[in-house]
Amino acid sequence: MKEASGRSALPMGDGCLRGASVSLSDLERSYGGVAAVAGVSLDIQSGEFLTLLGPSGSGKTTTLMMIAGFQAPSKGDIAIDGVSVVDTPPYRRNIGMVFQNYALFPHLTVAENIAFPLKQRRVPKVERARLVAEALELMHLPGYGGRYPRQLSGGQQQRVAVARALVFKPRLLLMDEPLGALDKQLRENLQLEMRRLHAELGITFIYVTHDQEEALTMSDRIVVMNDGKVAQVGRPEDLYDRPCNRFVASFIGESNFLPAVVRGLENDMVVAECGGVLLRAATSQRLAIGAEITLATRPERLRFAEQLAESDAINRIAVTVTESVFAGERCRYLLKTENGAAMVLKEVSSATVRRRDVGDRVEIAWSVADTIIV
Amino acid sequence: MSAVRFVPSLIVALILLFLALPIVVVFVLSFSSAAYLTFPPPAFGFRWYKAYFGDSDWLDATWLSLWVAAAVVALSTTLGTLAAIGIVRLPRPIRIFTTALVLSPLVVPGIVIAIGVYYAFSRYGLVGSSMGIVLAHTCLAVPFVVTSVSASLAAIDPKLEHAALSLGATPGATLWQVTLPLIRPGVLVGALFAFITSFDEVIIALFLSGSGAVTLPRRMWDDLRFQLNPTIAAVSTLTIILTALLLAIAHLIRRRTEQLKNEKGDA
Amino acid sequence: MSDSSMTPSMRILGGRREWSRWRRDIPWLTPLLLAAPLLLYMAVFYAIPVVSMLLRSLNDPKWSLDHYAALPSDVVFLKVLWITLSTSFIVTLATLMLAYPVALALSRARSTAPLILIVVLLPFWTSVLVRTYAWMVLLGRHGMINEALMALGIIEQPLRLLNTTLATEIAMVHILLPYMILPIANALRQIDPSLALASSGLGATPWGTFRQVTFPLSMPGVAAGMLLVFVLALGFYITPAMVGGSRDITLSMLIAQEVDQLHWGYAATLSTLLLAVALGLVAIAQLLPGVGNTFRTSK
Repeated sequence: MKEASGRSALPMGDGCLRGASVSLSDLERSYGGVAAVAGVSLDIQSGEFLTLLGPSGSGKTTTLMMIAGFQAPSKGDIAIDGVSVVDTPPYRRNIGMVFQNYALFPHLTVAENIAFPLKQRRVPKVERARLVAEALELMHLPGYGGRYPRQLSGGQQQRVAVARALVFKPRLLLMDEPLGALDKQLRENLQLEMRRLHAELGITFIYVTHDQEEALTMSDRIVVMNDGKVAQVGRPEDLYDRPCNRFVASFIGESNFLPAVVRGLENDMVVAECGGVLLRAATSQRLAIGAEITLATRPERLRFAEQLAESDAINRIAVTVTESVFAGERCRYLLKTENGAAMVLKEVSSATVRRRDVGDRVEIAWSVADTIIV
Repeated sequence: MSAVRFVPSLIVALILLFLALPIVVVFVLSFSSAAYLTFPPPAFGFRWYKAYFGDSDWLDATWLSLWVAAAVVALSTTLGTLAAIGIVRLPRPIRIFTTALVLSPLVVPGIVIAIGVYYAFSRYGLVGSSMGIVLAHTCLAVPFVVTSVSASLAAIDPKLEHAALSLGATPGATLWQVTLPLIRPGVLVGALFAFITSFDEVIIALFLSGSGAVTLPRRMWDDLRFQLNPTIAAVSTLTIILTALLLAIAHLIRRRTEQLKNEKGDA
Repeated sequence: MSDSSMTPSMRILGGRREWSRWRRDIPWLTPLLLAAPLLLYMAVFYAIPVVSMLLRSLNDPKWSLDHYAALPSDVVFLKVLWITLSTSFIVTLATLMLAYPVALALSRARSTAPLILIVVLLPFWTSVLVRTYAWMVLLGRHGMINEALMALGIIEQPLRLLNTTLATEIAMVHILLPYMILPIANALRQIDPSLALASSGLGATPWGTFRQVTFPLSMPGVAAGMLLVFVLALGFYITPAMVGGSRDITLSMLIAQEVDQLHWGYAATLSTLLLAVALGLVAIAQLLPGVGNTFRTSK
């Protein structure tokens, strides 16, 4: 195939693509003195599925827009495969992007939409048709080439947008809340499809979402963002089991927070007092006796105490049931400790498990390993 | 990223100059001290404004135009507002037909309307009377009222009217106490446009004014046919200023309603 | 039958119930009553006068199609029709070329947009007469343009600019520009900004994005603007009469002349033709996708 000058070649064979690595260093973007993104540094590995997760206004979309080149950083650098792209315009970056509302060109058919990036790269017509057909095939859309975007369902439009972003074989794909407009069932199907694509193509995916469940199911690594900064980076299970601060603990999943005072230290174990009860937690931090800390636990890791044997590896606390909600697969109990702190306990529902009533005074317990200091 | 780079600002500036130049020239010329049209004027003064304010023909024509425009505003705003409220609720075929009829004066060539009303009004004895001009101008002004009010109506949350009805307001009370106050800005803007439409209208006035009802544009037209003296520049400048003032008011009304809407949205 | 002939106000309690039943059965009755005064007014003072005048083309002096049958061999009419159509066509194209850059600037610029809008809207609302007068001043034998050209030494004798076809065309372009700018700017503003980003991200250069995305998507505005300007140009009267050449007679001017001479049948025939072309073009415009509402929002 002829290589157009100044543009990257389009390797046709599958499997010869390696994902791009992306590194952001001290990236900053401010609007009129207000920082939307401040001091973001990240190294994204080749072939990784990385998700930027955060509430709206956390700077995740702004970060993505800077990688794509639609917004220039006020400070800092973006390098793709070690080469700075800050001065490269978006149309020379060779990055695939799927937009929030797909941004399909309404005046072009599906096939013309998908051919668009190929046309820009002066790919010969015959080749173009072949690649478009291939892309339609890849996205399970054969036969839809002649339709206009408005004649497709939301899920089909989404897949056309993905096909268009992938047809020129970019080594990096950016997605900005690509499933946000779809209903739950479709979203779950397409999540699996995205995972499949990622595994099949081996290119780097950077995905933006505010949906923590989506982030947890799809990503190799998640970057939690808050207030324009990176709150925590890690694998989904790390973020869930070891959130490093209160924001991450409450944004990803649900957490119970118990204020406590450090009373003693044993090896890498801390003993803290919460309303007269001693609780243990593992830590590698050096904490001073008397320091005020917050202990966090996940509601589904709590048990009613009679189900567990007494042990050093178990924390226990006495509570009163204040509300009991049946939610199908789970029962959800709102509890109150002796000193008034509210807690939530989730229990898998079963005919063999006794439902607790409001006003019951019970003891609950959870593993020390599931106790986190935030 | 945007195509703006490829449309050199210079070209845009030149086209805007082309748009603005005639008005600027008329404005400057009206302050000329010369007895004839020459640009730039040798010296400046209020000579032509004095000529205008000292000429009872010009003043009579001005008063007549203002009076006619005021009457057109009253008629077209009343009829147009009621009709706009009705039209949006009509079933589709009737709505399309009535909308087409009401808006058609925007696209029917002026000369066709003018000789049509001239033909008919000469039988009713309405030629040469300001009444005839008011009646005909109202037809031209109505589309502006209807479009402006319709736009306001479309912006109303239908839930508000439903709320009023559920709270016990009769349809009439809902119209009077909820709908009309909400569309008042649209009515006012439509009224301003109706005023300008009538005040500037020439072709109908040419046919209907005869000798008894000479409006300002008709007087200007007669003057232009025979002589080109800067009095017309003075008159033109005054009408431009009046138009600009009315447009500024319309703009303020629109902006205020938008602000109110935003404040409500924030709360 | 006796029920339906009585208006609700004629009745007391029982009638009120009748009235509300009517309103339930015919939900558009109240809306129709609201619209009725205007519809009646428009019928009496606008539609019937115009239609009865147009009918003179068929019944003057007796019912026949003679007036229309005579048109194809009417040399004066053919010449006037040609002048009107060609002028409108030239003016429409020139207007489009000048309007597009302004519309683009208007839809893109943030800080200067209000200023541009004022420059576009003030002439828009200034009377046609005043604007035509301004061009008489500018284009006159001792007008600003001749004086400027002579001062620059480009010409020695003043050019004849006023009372030429060119003068008509310049003034008409000036008057009609806003009608082209506003629909195009409107269409440009309605384009989802993410489409340009997507195009750019997919590798299109800024010019490529304009050519392949922005311009095609602005076509509804271009089509609407062109049709509107062409229709309005067809009916021009004041401007060609004042700044045009003595032989540049437009259809509107011919109609006015014939009315002056009380040739109602002929004038009505020409009017019918002019009206048919104008309404036909507007009807076509309504059928174009995305153009439908332009005539409501313009001016």
